[in-house]
Amino acid sequence: MLMRPMLEYLWIVPLLPLLGSAINGFFGAKWPNKIVNWVALGSTGLSFACALEAVREFLESGQVLFHKAFFTWISAGNFRAGFDLQMDQLTVVMALVVTGVGWLIHIYATGYMAHEGGYYRFFSYLNLFMFFMLILVLAANYVLLFVGWEGVGLASYLLIGFYFLRKSASDAGKKAFIVNRIGDFGFMLGMFLLFRTFHTLDFTALFRAASNPGWGPESWGQFGTFTVACLLLFMGACGKSAQLPLYVWLPDAMEGPTPVSALIHAATMVTAGVYVVARSHVLFTHSETALVVVAIVGCATAFFAATIGLVQTDIKKVLAYSTVSQLGYMFLACGVGAFSAGIFHLMTHAFFKALLFLAAGSVIHAMGGEQDMRHMGGLGKMIRWTYGTMLVATFTIAGIPMFAGFFSKDAILFAAFQSEHGGRVLYAFGLLTALLTSFYMFRLIFLTFAGKPRFDGHKVHVHESPWSMLGPLVVLAVLSTVGGWFAVPAFFHGPDYFASFLAPVFGGGEAAVAAGEAAIHEMELVLAGVAVVTALIGLGIASWLYLKRPEKADGLAKSLAPAYRTLLNKYYVDELYATVIVKPLLWISTNVLWKIADVAAIDGAVNGIADGATGIGDLVRRTQSGNTRSYAVWVVIGALVVITVIFFWPGAGKPVLGWVR
Amino acid sequence: MVPTNYYIILSAILFGLGVLAFVFKRNIITIFMSIELMLNAVNLAFVAFSQALGKLDGQVFVLFVIVVAAAEAAVGLGIIILIARNRQTLNVERVDLMKL
Repeated sequence: MLMRPMLEYLWIVPLLPLLGSAINGFFGAKWPNKIVNWVALGSTGLSFACALEAVREFLESGQVLFHKAFFTWISAGNFRAGFDLQMDQLTVVMALVVTGVGWLIHIYATGYMAHEGGYYRFFSYLNLFMFFMLILVLAANYVLLFVGWEGVGLASYLLIGFYFLRKSASDAGKKAFIVNRIGDFGFMLGMFLLFRTFHTLDFTALFRAASNPGWGPESWGQFGTFTVACLLLFMGACGKSAQLPLYVWLPDAMEGPTPVSALIHAATMVTAGVYVVARSHVLFTHSETALVVVAIVGCATAFFAATIGLVQTDIKKVLAYSTVSQLGYMFLACGVGAFSAGIFHLMTHAFFKALLFLAAGSVIHAMGGEQDMRHMGGLGKMIRWTYGTMLVATFTIAGIPMFAGFFSKDAILFAAFQSEHGGRVLYAFGLLTALLTSFYMFRLIFLTFAGKPRFDGHKVHVHESPWSMLGPLVVLAVLSTVGGWFAVPAFFHGPDYFASFLAPVFGGGEAAVAAGEAAIHEMELVLAGVAVVTALIGLGIASWLYLKRPEKADGLAKSLAPAYRTLLNKYYVDELYATVIVKPLLWISTNVLWKIADVAAIDGAVNGIADGATGIGDLVRRTQSGNTRSYAVWVVIGALVVITVIFFWPGAGKPVLGWVR
Repeated sequence: MVPTNYYIILSAILFGLGVLAFVFKRNIITIFMSIELMLNAVNLAFVAFSQALGKLDGQVFVLFVIVVAAAEAAVGLGIIILIARNRQTLNVERVDLMKL
């Protein structure tokens, strides 16, 4: 009898969703929705249960790290990549978030997608995504992690382009895939560099080698291998987690069905970049430069995306930019060395952003597909459950005290404030972003739920969603509320469970940030107060502009027309990329690669050889006239040639053939 | 005694006539006969050299050639008869099923 059956068979956790995906994908086409539901929900639910059991066994054992090699996947020379899974506290958090939130969203999707075509296909993809995401978080080496990394990219592509008959959707899918590929390129280079330096890609061995004192920052120089490797890994993280300058795919990804936006583009997949940075914290802490870059990019993205979110009118687009912005917060946390704060925000964000998206989906469902907030309004009384849960999520993301987002955001801002590298600037931008976040989220709430309906009540029959959709909303609302209490900061005299839980992973360097003096706690209290005031200011401005004086909002937009237009057009970044990158690339592809390289060179060579063969054949064919006498002539000519060669060739007289003397 | 050269020259002339007839004649039987002529030109050369060198090899070769020529005549004439029956002609220009 095995002591820890689930841990020893950890591969079951990712395998279950894969099975579900395969069963639904291969056989689901003819099944009624109910059976598809059973397969999809059963496989992910079982996976969640198995993950819970594995986590329980792991925590009970008191180990720092559980590692098990299941089989060797690639073995070439001294390179070995195995199907090795591992579990530590970081994995615990990620695996539970992925399976738990993923399962809730699966339940929600059964209600949301009930009337859509391609039902089985949708759930097959969704399960496939779960499989790859679990591989990503459970992997014990970079190569296996990369499998999951690419796999979630594939699932993301399939799901964004789910409505593939709509050109904008299939374009968005391609965009996501291509932009991610740019980041993946960096990620792969980073892996190669790490392998070249350390001769292994296993996390345990690699990090042990990297934390060897002999390999300290001194011996590497400021721009040493660590910096380069970390920046390359971060490039991959930028692509996957939608950071500047590779964030452009995420807002477009809203073309996918709403549960997809919630699961992939808010709660789980986009956090893979943060996870990789946190997982590689041993490397990152060796390179100040890389950390500063991560912090600056995160902070800039947070602010940049929040400003765009201010003016968007599509309810999902606001949430998309909000996601980009919140991911920026997580990177900011990692960049200032507060990895546990980053992961904490990742977790709370998974709860409240999934909730926001699902609630938004419920609103869209209620409105019969309408996504433009300008055509909503007054929905609060009609769909109370959706309104209530979304309000909870908004309080959470805005950082109202006692909700989860308050604690996680506060931890990040505090860590940024304490950082030695321009901490005050980072903090200022972080705080400003918090203000913007609070503003645009309450703007969304007021535009959608408050005021008078701005749609034709006779055409749109607003109806509350079924309980298969509301249930997950309620569960997520509860999680968004209580999720923060795992990490009550020290100034409330609460134990910071979360940081001490992750301490075995992130080690001593982290603790210096978390544990502090009494004076620092007072400082943190002050900062928390400032953050709350900021959030309330945002709420105040939003309520003044959109509740009390709605006409003022338009006036403000008119008086700041250039700025407003710039924000509405997302700083013209898409246009910039189109001009600077896409168009020249297209031109080169058309005129050089297609017309010269492909048509002229490759096709020319192939066709030329074929034409040459035909031409020679044409010439030679003439000798085969079918005329017997011409053959006779050829025989004579041949004989003459042979005789001539024998007797008159230079060196004739010497025996050409043995018997001629 | 007749010098060997004379035999050789006669042999060459006969062979040349055979080649010319082989190439230019249209009647299959004539062509067949020209082949026989060439064979016999070669036979003449063989016996001439055999005489000149005082060896019997050439004579033996000639016997072989005569045997082969006889066999060839049997097969060849059989083919010719078939052609004549099927086409009612012996003109080689008309035997052109393989022509383009």
